[in-house]
Amino acid sequence: MPGLEDLYREIILDHYRSPRNRGELPAPPAHRVEGFNPLCGDEVVVSLDVADGQLRDIKLAGSGCSISQSSGSLMSAAVKGKSLDEVRELIRVFKTMMSVHEASLGDDRTTGAEDSPAEPEPIDVSKMGELAALQGVVKFPVRIKCATLSWNALTQGLDELASA
Amino acid sequence: MTVHDPIDVEVIRKDFPLLTRTVHDRPIVYLDSASSSLQPRQVLAAMDHYYETTHANVHRGVYATAEGATELYEGARRKVGRFIGAPDPKREIVFTKNATEALNLVVNSWGRSNLTKGDVVVLTEMEHHANLVPWLMLAESIGLSLRYLPIDGEGRLDLSDLDRILDGAKVVGLTAMSNVLGTINPVPTIAEAAHRAGAVVVVDGAQSVPHLPTNVTTLGADFLAFSAHKMEGPTGIGVLWGRAELLAAMPPFLGGGGMILDVSLEGFGPAEPPWRFEAGTPPIAEAVGLAAAVDYLTGIGMEHIVAHERLITTYAIEALHERLGPDCTIFGPPPGGDRGGVLSLAYRDVHAHDLAQVLDQFGVCVRPGHHCAKPLMRKLGVTATARASIGLYNDERDIDTLIEGLNHVGTVFG
Repeated sequence: MPGLEDLYREIILDHYRSPRNRGELPAPPAHRVEGFNPLCGDEVVVSLDVADGQLRDIKLAGSGCSISQSSGSLMSAAVKGKSLDEVRELIRVFKTMMSVHEASLGDDRTTGAEDSPAEPEPIDVSKMGELAALQGVVKFPVRIKCATLSWNALTQGLDELASA
Repeated sequence: MTVHDPIDVEVIRKDFPLLTRTVHDRPIVYLDSASSSLQPRQVLAAMDHYYETTHANVHRGVYATAEGATELYEGARRKVGRFIGAPDPKREIVFTKNATEALNLVVNSWGRSNLTKGDVVVLTEMEHHANLVPWLMLAESIGLSLRYLPIDGEGRLDLSDLDRILDGAKVVGLTAMSNVLGTINPVPTIAEAAHRAGAVVVVDGAQSVPHLPTNVTTLGADFLAFSAHKMEGPTGIGVLWGRAELLAAMPPFLGGGGMILDVSLEGFGPAEPPWRFEAGTPPIAEAVGLAAAVDYLTGIGMEHIVAHERLITTYAIEALHERLGPDCTIFGPPPGGDRGGVLSLAYRDVHAHDLAQVLDQFGVCVRPGHHCAKPLMRKLGVTATARASIGLYNDERDIDTLIEGLNHVGTVFG
């Protein structure tokens, strides 16, 4: 049975109490995206400064629970200054980590073979740095939406900039 | 247990099968009745019995079970009508999917045929989205002028400017009990002023009907909406009560079978109310379940339920203040006659999701979020609260466990 220590690991509480990269960038020239958690109560505003294929700066504003805020903070620290290709790869790795597979949770729910999503590419947790602290969230599926909120806003921002 | 509680809650709890389950190896402490209530076995048995012995479509057959099903369905209609003091239950009770659909019915059927560009609709700052969003949609469609009765610092409606706000209003829509603050609004007073101003009164009774004795005449309502699943009935059925003369003049909401008198390829003639507003096969088993829920509640007595819930609510507010002190904020009015058992809480600066997550480990079920009242959240200056709500099956031990869980929150979040 998942316990609170699976969810509220020390790194998560640290990033919740002292979130990195807080604030907003003047937009324009930065790009601004708002996100709302369908599990209501979390809001995020992501400001992106993208130039020459690089995410030069990122800031996060808004309010929400410890999972949404710490995930956003961990995200900002991981992606700031990286190339857009590296940012996209980090997003892919994070989303994969957040995918829930009933079998791997030891659940006795049965899913028909046609219902299960395809097995994702394996991810190397050791390369994820502090982001690995969010692994426990998958044991609390409703909170996955809290963890992915900032990442979805980041993805939306990058997509909007790419199609502009 | 104090001698003043008129209901024997230990006996009541035995009627609710879900209360026997455990969560994380602890007994479940269900404090989310404002979102949805639990169902007693009497309601479940009535629905099973219907499916096992009597199910057939209603209004559409002459064989024995079709007659039986029709009688059960129409009998449920009359019983629900009597439960809320409807002057003419046969014609004034419309079964819908839920309170939200009932309110959409009013806005789209009554609203579209009675309101025009520039007409004034008065709502309140504490409305649930069900009695706000449909009006916003209509306003966008035909161009209405929306005004809002404000709330004061204690979570009550500020009526100091009532007559000015109501001046020229065609509709007043308000909740009888807030699903966030627990505030019981003075609907009769507001309805009287609304009628003087020439407005129709639309009451959201989703929280009030399950927890307070209801009489539509005393309320002064012209329309009243509520849901079965919040009053120990099943999901999937709600009620719109409307004054007979208003319903008689309204066009249909949804079209299909069962709501017509005649149909040709060129057109159709609608049926009389209430069937005019019940297109398609209705939720028959659910109506049977709702009737059983009404029997269950009237068997205990609504006044006894009020007294019990007030006892537990007062115990909760006092215990939270006493044992948690300034660490815990309770939104809404202090304990008293104009306050129901809905307790939105804040604990230090811990977010509602995290509060609810820790409480879950203790088996305690509370709801985090904006509770479908985002304008109210903004007015309170928060994005979310953790809401505990009290039903007839809750006791002091439930509150003690809630407090035990809240104390642990401090340990996790420092």
